[in-house]
This record gives sequence, C-alpha cells and structure tokens, in this order.
Amino acid sequence: MALVSIRNVNKVYDGNVHAVKNVDLEIRDKEFMVFVGPSGCGKTTTLRMVAGLESITSGDILIGDTVVNQLPPMDRDIAMVFQNYALYPHMSVFHNMAFGLKMRKFDKAEIDKRVRDAAAILGIEDLLARKPRQLSGGQRQRVALGRAIVRHPQVFLFDEPLSNLDAKLRVQMRVELKKLHERLGTTAIYVTHDQVEAMTLGDRVVVMKDGVVQQVGEPLELYNTPANRFVAGFIGSPAMNFAEVTLSASGGKVWAEAPGLKIGLPEPVARRVGSRNGTKATVGVRPEDLHVAGPADPAELCFDVEVEVIEQLGSEIVLDTRAASNAFVASVEPTLRVRMHDRLRLAINPNRLHLFDAATEAAI
Amino acid sequence: MAVTAVSGVANRPIPRLRRLEDERWLALTLLAPTAILLGLFIAYPFFEGVLLSLTNTRVGIEGGFVGLKNFEKVWNDSIFRTAVWNTFWYTGVTTVFKLALGLWLAILLNRHFRGKALVRAFILLPFIIPTVLSTFAWKWMFDPTFSVINWTLFQLGFITKRINWLGDPDLAMASIIVVNIWRGVPFFAISLLAGLQTISPELQEAAAIDGARPWQRFWYVTWPLLLPVTMVVVLFSVIQTFADFQLVYVMTGGGPANATHLFATYAYQIGIGTGLLSEGAAISLAMFPFLFLIVVVQLLYIRRVETR
Repeated sequence: MALVSIRNVNKVYDGNVHAVKNVDLEIRDKEFMVFVGPSGCGKTTTLRMVAGLESITSGDILIGDTVVNQLPPMDRDIAMVFQNYALYPHMSVFHNMAFGLKMRKFDKAEIDKRVRDAAAILGIEDLLARKPRQLSGGQRQRVALGRAIVRHPQVFLFDEPLSNLDAKLRVQMRVELKKLHERLGTTAIYVTHDQVEAMTLGDRVVVMKDGVVQQVGEPLELYNTPANRFVAGFIGSPAMNFAEVTLSASGGKVWAEAPGLKIGLPEPVARRVGSRNGTKATVGVRPEDLHVAGPADPAELCFDVEVEVIEQLGSEIVLDTRAASNAFVASVEPTLRVRMHDRLRLAINPNRLHLFDAATEAAI
Repeated sequence: MAVTAVSGVANRPIPRLRRLEDERWLALTLLAPTAILLGLFIAYPFFEGVLLSLTNTRVGIEGGFVGLKNFEKVWNDSIFRTAVWNTFWYTGVTTVFKLALGLWLAILLNRHFRGKALVRAFILLPFIIPTVLSTFAWKWMFDPTFSVINWTLFQLGFITKRINWLGDPDLAMASIIVVNIWRGVPFFAISLLAGLQTISPELQEAAAIDGARPWQRFWYVTWPLLLPVTMVVVLFSVIQTFADFQLVYVMTGGGPANATHLFATYAYQIGIGTGLLSEGAAISLAMFPFLFLIVVVQLLYIRRVETR
C-alpha cells in the first residue's frame, strides 16, 4: 500500500558538501529496492532523508500520497534497521521489540501478541528475556528485524544491516531477509555497499556514485546492460576488465586497438559507434565472457595473453593475465590445464563486449 | 660463542631485579607506595583521631582515657545538632540542584554548536579556580556594604535597602548553598557529558523512529543508560559536600551565631579554635557513620545497576 517517491531531492551539508544530487526515484509498492554504491556515494543519506533523520535541502519525498518532508520520523509509518543494530542495551529483547508499540499506546495484549508473532517468525522466542549484550551478532540482528516487524509499518528501511556479521552468517541472513520480504510484502529500501547483496536481494537496484544515481534497474539489467563504466565495474565479481582503446574503421569493420590488442567490434556495437574514426573509447569485458580460444572463435575477437596468476576456485579457474600493458581477468573452465607464464589465446563471447565513451564514460 | 655467553650469564648470582619476575613480588612492589601513602596519611590519622576522641586531651595537655564522654557531651550540644542538620540540608539541597543543573548543562553541551570546545572549557572554570579564591570573590559579592548583588537589585528597583546576606542565619545558609552549587555544577556537567557521549546517537534515532517524543527518549533511553555514571558522580559529590570545609570557613566561618556550621567547620572551631582537641575529634568522627552509610547504600545501588 505504500510507494515511496523521491522527487528531485538534494542534500547539501554546511552549504558546500553536495551529498545527494537531484535524486529522482519511484519505489513501487511491495518492492525491495536496494541502494548500492561505494562509501560516501549518498545512499545512506538518501535513506536517512526518507526516514526523517536528515532534513531535505530541496525536493520532495512522498510515502503513499503524503509529502513527508516536514514530518518527524515517528509520523512517517516507517521502521528502520541500523547497521549497529541500535538495540536499547538496558531493555530485554521483549521490551526492545515492544518499545515502539508501547510508545504508540497499543494495549498490552496486542503488544504481547505482536512481539511473540514476530519472535516466532524470526526464531527468537527463547531469547525474549535476554539483554542485547547476551546475544550473538546474528541474534541481535534478528531482534533488530523483530523491532521493525512488530510495528507493521508501510516501509522498511535497512541501513547496511548485514555488514557487521561474518561472511557465512551474512549469506544466511540474506536468504532469510529475502524470505521475510516474500512473506510480509512490505515495501523495503535497503542500503548496502556490497554488490552481491544488491544483486541477490533487490527487485530493483539503484547504483549511486558521488551523490548521483548512475542507473536504476533490475539486477540482470544492470549486469547485462550497464549504463556506464562505473556501473559496469561495480556490478559483477570478479569485476569487468577495461582497456583504453582507439577506434578505427577499415575493411568494413570497426576496430578497437590498444597495445597488444586488436579487436573487431561485433556488428551491433559497430553500428552504434558509427563513424568515430580515431576517437578514444573504453572496451569492457566481463571475466566470465572470456574463454580460451578454439577453432570456432572468429579471429577478430581473439587476443594473446600471458598468464600471471592462477586462482583455482574448484568450480572455475580465475586467471590474471596480461596483454602488453592491459591486464585481463578471465574466469575459465575448471578442466583447463594451465601453468604460470603460459601464453594463451583468449576469445571474447560475441555480443558480450561493452564499449564506453572515453570522456563521458557512458555506454555506447 | 653465543652458547658460552649464555651459560656465563646463568652462572652469575640472580640479580635482585630478577625477583620482580615473580608475580607476588611484583604485586607487592607495585602496591607498596600506595599502601604506604594511604597508611601514613589516611589510616594512621584516622586511628589517632579515634584514640584522641576517647581522651580528654587539650592543646598542651596530654589527657587520659575518658571513654565515650566526648561523644555524650557533643550529643547534648545544641550547636552540634544545628551543625548536623545544616550538613544534611546543605548536602541535600546542593546535590539536587547540582544534579539538575549539571544534567541540563550536559545535555545542552552535548549538542553541536559553534565554539563547543571553548564553551566546554569555560564551564570548568568554577571547578578549576581554587575554592578559597573563588569563595573570597563571592564573599565580596555578598558583602553587606559593597555587595554587587544588592547594587543590581537596587538599580532594578527590587529592593530599597541593603540585604545583609551573610548576617542573617537563613540568608547566610542560602548564600553558601548558592556558592557550593556554582562550584559543583561543572563537575556534574562534565562528568555527565562524558556519560552522554558514550550513548550511541543511533539509539536516539531508533527511539525517534519507534515513536518516542524527545522527553520520552530522555526518560526511556538516555536516563537509564546514564544512571550508573550519575550514581558515581552523586556519590563523589555527596561525600565531598558532606565533609565541606573551605567554602563555609571562608564565607561565614560558621556564623552568624554558629548558624551555618557544618561538621568540619564546627570540629575545627572546637578542636583547633578553642583547643579542645579530643572534642573536635569526636565531632569529626561523628561524620563517619553517616558517610559510611551513604557510601554503602550507593555502592550497593551501583552494583545492582551494573549487574542488571
């Protein structure tokens, strides 16, 4: 029942730090929207403006049909999960979860029911009498979630809720968060700097950098058709390979050339490039779109490299290779027999080559 | 070569410093200076004081053992009773005001504003200036003839004749209470500010989102988390105020007509002023059970808060 509209919102600190620039987003009802980006990109500030913990310099934020710009946090019908959990250390788990309901003057029976329901969903019924300091990190995280759930708010706000957990627990909680969202269907805004979390949790993902939204889209949309070089490099692991190239046209093809590299651009890309003879550009190829060249691979998509590092991951081999001054990471079949300093011929999967404008960094 | 060098060391007698590698010796060595200082300047005088209070010693006259006579005499002394009442009143009223004002200041200082560091430093001034010095300044302000307070009130039209601040028993008590509060608030403010700064601002935000209004955030979140610090600060302050001497001695000397005596000033007046050493010792020792009780109650409370 709640869409969140962020309309042309800006945040300027102390009159000179422009933390959030013209952010314009629509978060649909029941959607799980993830804000992702490096630290200082404005994602948390945007979330805090939605929460009402940070004032808005200009623009409007709407929850449902209500402009909430001037509303205090308590009147926005939101619940927030903080990075450090922010549990009240002097209250038991029960009272931590009940506090919001108590402040809103719910009757005792209703508070009890809601807290126990939420505790059951999260599997923390046995912990209700404990104090936060008697809990492990994962349990604290559940309590923090419980505190948000009991309120039945219109919107959940998550501020890097998993970043204090160890890697294994993080994966587990990620799955549980996803299930929880399926079950409750509450609109959620989730801030993270971890692109894997963003890809796995988000119905849609907003990539931000320097206070500017770089791209909004479904996870695979960001992966397959990144809007610019930053999004291309940020989404995906290992990260996309980039090489600075010069474009030239000859023999009916458009070529991208760099030291140790000469690639004939595939037809659709070549058409988009048009007649930009001599211009600079950046070629991008994901490690998983590179493979050891075979007889079927067209020669114009192949190049020679020297193997510098071999990472055996079991399900794949990640090779750090070099073609003259350009480094390429390739993720190849685990059956490949390869040794350090071997020379290999790599091929780019057709239609998986990205090209970016050298100046604007936008995808071509 | 290296091997012979090592065995050469082993053959030498163990140097004395080596003993410190034994934890028992180390503990003893580290504790000794403190133990000696405490014994010499706290335990010994206290023990001597107890002995003195059981004799009839005066200045220049070595007295004999008289049992609890001094205490009996003191108990029937009306000035002593006034002093007891004064001490409790003085301690109670000043502590309440110091806590309230200190907390208020701490909360104000915990906000962000321009020149925060400077203001925080200035707040400490009354605490840093030697008590005798600042009390003399206050004495001038309360002076019957030159009182700047009287002058101000007169200029504002509130009074038509001089108020004899330190000459009237009730006003004199009120005056020393005001000065004590002025002197004690910085300690409360800075200590409570330190306590406030250990409370994560995220808790305030979480409570705000949970629907708590500002005073509810204070009452349900800030105050309970600040309580352990508050108790320690109150404990220190009560002990110091209860045994206060300098301020009253400089301001009123216990007057007018012994109306503002506290335990310490009255003990001094009897013991040193009139030379009845044993009686003075009895008066100051009478303070001990009260202080002991306060310390025990508060320590028990602090322990309860900590284990809760």
